[in-house]
Amino acid sequence: MDPIEREIRYESDRDPTFADEIRAMPGCELMDRCIQCATCSGICPMSDAMELTPRRIIELTRNGFKNDVLRANTIWLCTSCYQCQVECPKKIGITDIMYALKSKAIESGAYGKKFTIPILAREFYAMVKANGRVSESRLVQRLFMKTQPTRFLGMGRLGMKLMKTGRFSNKVERMRNPEGLRRALEALPTDGRKRS
Amino acid sequence: MRYAYFPGCSLKSSGRAYEESFLAVCRALEIGMDELDDWNCCGATAYMSVDEANSHVLATRNLALAERVGLDVVVPCAGCYGVLAKSKEYFEKYSSVRNAVTTGLAAGGFAYEGRAQVRHPLDILSNDLPPRALRSKVKKPLKGLKVACYYGCRLIRPVSPFDDMHDPQTMDGLLKSVGARMVEYGLKGKCCGGSLTGTVPEAGLPMCYDLLKEAHRLEADVIATACPLCQFNLECYQDDIAKKHPDLKPMPVVYFTQLIGVAMGLDPKDLGLHRQIVPIEPLLREKGILGGEDAKPKAKEPAAAGGRS
Repeated sequence: MDPIEREIRYESDRDPTFADEIRAMPGCELMDRCIQCATCSGICPMSDAMELTPRRIIELTRNGFKNDVLRANTIWLCTSCYQCQVECPKKIGITDIMYALKSKAIESGAYGKKFTIPILAREFYAMVKANGRVSESRLVQRLFMKTQPTRFLGMGRLGMKLMKTGRFSNKVERMRNPEGLRRALEALPTDGRKRS
Repeated sequence: MRYAYFPGCSLKSSGRAYEESFLAVCRALEIGMDELDDWNCCGATAYMSVDEANSHVLATRNLALAERVGLDVVVPCAGCYGVLAKSKEYFEKYSSVRNAVTTGLAAGGFAYEGRAQVRHPLDILSNDLPPRALRSKVKKPLKGLKVACYYGCRLIRPVSPFDDMHDPQTMDGLLKSVGARMVEYGLKGKCCGGSLTGTVPEAGLPMCYDLLKEAHRLEADVIATACPLCQFNLECYQDDIAKKHPDLKPMPVVYFTQLIGVAMGLDPKDLGLHRQIVPIEPLLREKGILGGEDAKPKAKEPAAAGGRS
């Protein structure tokens, strides 16, 4: 028998501090103004593929349903195109809330294996930390080999064309002197060092 | 006219043609562009998802470099432009961001005071150049070329300091002034899918398909962009998209600076036209805008040299 999936959410599912943690992040402070009009869901180019639409994400977030929000594919399908944010009649920083949720999900490891964006974010983060710059071609190759090896093989022709036109190389891009930047990024007590 | 120039990572690799054509156009218009010394990655959308506070330190270090030389910074990549502009805005608006930035930068020997402005090439070419400065340099007007101007997200959202958020016109205006004809591209501000084309192709590629199909429906000859990610998505995945939609014909997708450069009669090689995957030169010759042969890469191709995949 298939496991029974519970549709109803209970008081006990709520995380008492979650909404406050999100509200405290820059750009996220107006979440409680939401009138659930769903302008965001209507204009979002990705909402048809989302398990929870942006409107529902806002409602669940401000009520502390941390697990529902962080496990949904929604935050990883947000391309941060800011359509929702500029059209919101209450001027809520919806895209900033999506960023805040992404960082919470990465921090707590609460996301399904099928989502490759957290892997991209971590690889990107590590590259910037090491070199101060991103070597695009290397980043793309590492991501594809880790997450979509079959598609990667099928993209050989594009890779050849990009190499031929000088747009793809294995050169490592780095700053001349990354020391100052490294010191700057290690100065804050709350930085991501422990998470990387 | 002199500015600091922040290229960002893409303009040094997949988006090289954007850097080449932008700098060539600036030289021809006598606009000084000084590349920021030892700039760093802006952080894009990825860094912000891992470490919010430090993402602002990362971005504002580049603004601190611009302040050192006392210039405003021009950022052609729409992604980098959005990130740097956001960090500048949040530096002004939130004391928590200001404190993080000040502490972080000081530890690295930098200081940012919020003076350096973040500008985009569309902005300076439309608003800082004297009127007619561009028009007077046109040697090969883009007559008969029908262009769909595509702005994407970050140039016009969440803020749009130099254009109309819902109906941007700066790119249309510039390309009109060099003789091209615009189509009414209603999707000019719709998202291209960003990095989803790579990470979740079943969600990302249909967004590119919509944009390409609409440009074809309007009988555009070419799509013009101002962002290396938009350009890459719309040009380089066309084969991938055509597997599912065999009716999709090839559509050249170029940087608006490449079209301006062509109109100014600059050498196609200096505009990176040879870096197109979907070529545009045959079309430009057909229209009588370009004569002679296709641009061949110059003898030396530094970044391509070490390439192996």
